[in-house]
Amino acid sequence: MNRKTKEIFIKYLFLLFALVSIIVLGLIVFSLFREGLPLFSTVAVHDFLFGLEWYPTYDPPSFGIFPLIVGSLIVTAIATLISVPLGVLAAVYISEIAPQRVKEILKSAIELLAGLPSVVLGFFGMVIIAPWLQETFDLPTGLNIINASIILAVMAIPTISSISEDALYAVPREFKEASYALGATKFETIAKVIVPAALSGISTAIMLGMARAIGETMVVLMVAGGAAAIPESLFDSVRPMPASIAAEMGETPFRSAHYQALFATGIVLFLLTLAFNLIADYVSHRFRQTGSATL
Amino acid sequence: MINYLKSGLLSLAAAALLSGAVWAADAIVIKGSTTVLPVAQGTLEAFMKANPGVQMSLSGGGSGEGIKALIDKTTNIATSSRAIKDKEVELARAKGVKPVAHVVAFDAIIPVVHPKNKVNNLTVDQLSQIYQGNITNWKEVGGADLKIVVISRDSSSGTFESWDHFVMRKAKVTPRAQMLASNGALVTAISKNRYAIAYLGIGYVNKTVKALQVNGITASIQAAMSKEYPFSRELYMYTDGEPQGATAKYLAFVKSAEGQKIVAREGFVPLAEVKKTVKKK
Repeated sequence: MNRKTKEIFIKYLFLLFALVSIIVLGLIVFSLFREGLPLFSTVAVHDFLFGLEWYPTYDPPSFGIFPLIVGSLIVTAIATLISVPLGVLAAVYISEIAPQRVKEILKSAIELLAGLPSVVLGFFGMVIIAPWLQETFDLPTGLNIINASIILAVMAIPTISSISEDALYAVPREFKEASYALGATKFETIAKVIVPAALSGISTAIMLGMARAIGETMVVLMVAGGAAAIPESLFDSVRPMPASIAAEMGETPFRSAHYQALFATGIVLFLLTLAFNLIADYVSHRFRQTGSATL
Repeated sequence: MINYLKSGLLSLAAAALLSGAVWAADAIVIKGSTTVLPVAQGTLEAFMKANPGVQMSLSGGGSGEGIKALIDKTTNIATSSRAIKDKEVELARAKGVKPVAHVVAFDAIIPVVHPKNKVNNLTVDQLSQIYQGNITNWKEVGGADLKIVVISRDSSSGTFESWDHFVMRKAKVTPRAQMLASNGALVTAISKNRYAIAYLGIGYVNKTVKALQVNGITASIQAAMSKEYPFSRELYMYTDGEPQGATAKYLAFVKSAEGQKIVAREGFVPLAEVKKTVKKK
């Protein structure tokens, strides 16, 4: 083998490696749709998406996933409300304010948090947060929206914080120097120069954090309570989509309507996460700083 | 909670073993009901000690999951807390699997509440109304003025199906009911929640929860055996065709006096005692 053929060979080998993940993704999406779409020959799309009753095992079954969609969206929304201020402000502190030593400790602590298996966090929510919530607020149940949101927020914080921190770190030194030279204080520099310059990266971080929260399965299976009804308060139990799929897939006969309904739920979940990713992509282009602040 | 942990660890162990051991001659894979799990685990440990050459793995997942695995030929024994459904038999035949049932123990399903709940007895009808969401406060059934939190197993559980069979009789469980994924999770939830009601296999009832009487009858191994207690059922192990080799040996061990001692130790009703009562009659 001479140098040239070697070069070409290696080039195509690497192309193959790059294609593997795309092929795998394509096959997964294909089978998701192949198993899920046949449901809509027996159940109308509208009844599936907006139906209020989820009784897949009864006769006749009802496949309304609206309560599940509401459950997923509400825990994700509240988790975002909790995790965004914590994650972004932690990133600002680590990147701009903290002394070197503190910075190193904080960074590795947050990375450690990202490494915690979700089942461990779920277990924590089940045996510690649930009874605490229940006793403190005298609630009928501790397995509810708030509990799930808190745990999901803890899981989203490392994503939001580390990506935001990268974005803040990438803000060029000249921006800060110019700001200080104009007589701005440290707070003014952070609030009016650094954070706006890093906004596209921070927005991407938030979107990816939300995508992480909406797709998370183990935590919501363990601590959301699993009630397939539209919640009336933040202390009600819900059954987010991933929990429903995980809990029910085991018992469904292969290619039955229930099986197809769970795949169709998977399609909805896939489209939602895809939407989050597309928004993240759009936002990072829309607010992109040009010139030396480009990420 | 220990059981909850155990089942998680066991399924991990099973996954690790599954890769290499499934089709080895002396390997037995068991999968299915979390209700049967303590029985399967106890007998498995004793059997492996007596037969060190046999590789065994055990995991939970629910009765439906176990039967599905039997049909897909990924398990040698499917444990189940309900009889196999007609639909599943059809599916099995289509794939050339012939499920054979082995009754290994008896179980009773018991409604449970928090130990501080004042209610001692509920009728079958009251239980059904509570689970349908028509009775929503404990004071309606003689308890304190507290909201009732209905807790159920999720629909892949054999216990759920038995509850439907004994209590609900096809009526729908209220959508407000919490659906939890294992008997262990139910025990944790009930022991920490004075508003809640749930139902458990008799093997999981312990001091952290309070067992209710049904129609005035206290659930006990004796009452379950004589069928005086209304919610009793058979527990099964299913095999593909008549069991052979190590699998046959294991099933014979489970049904033997020694195996049934383990069944009794785990809180279930052994087969021998049922036979005795039948003979007496």
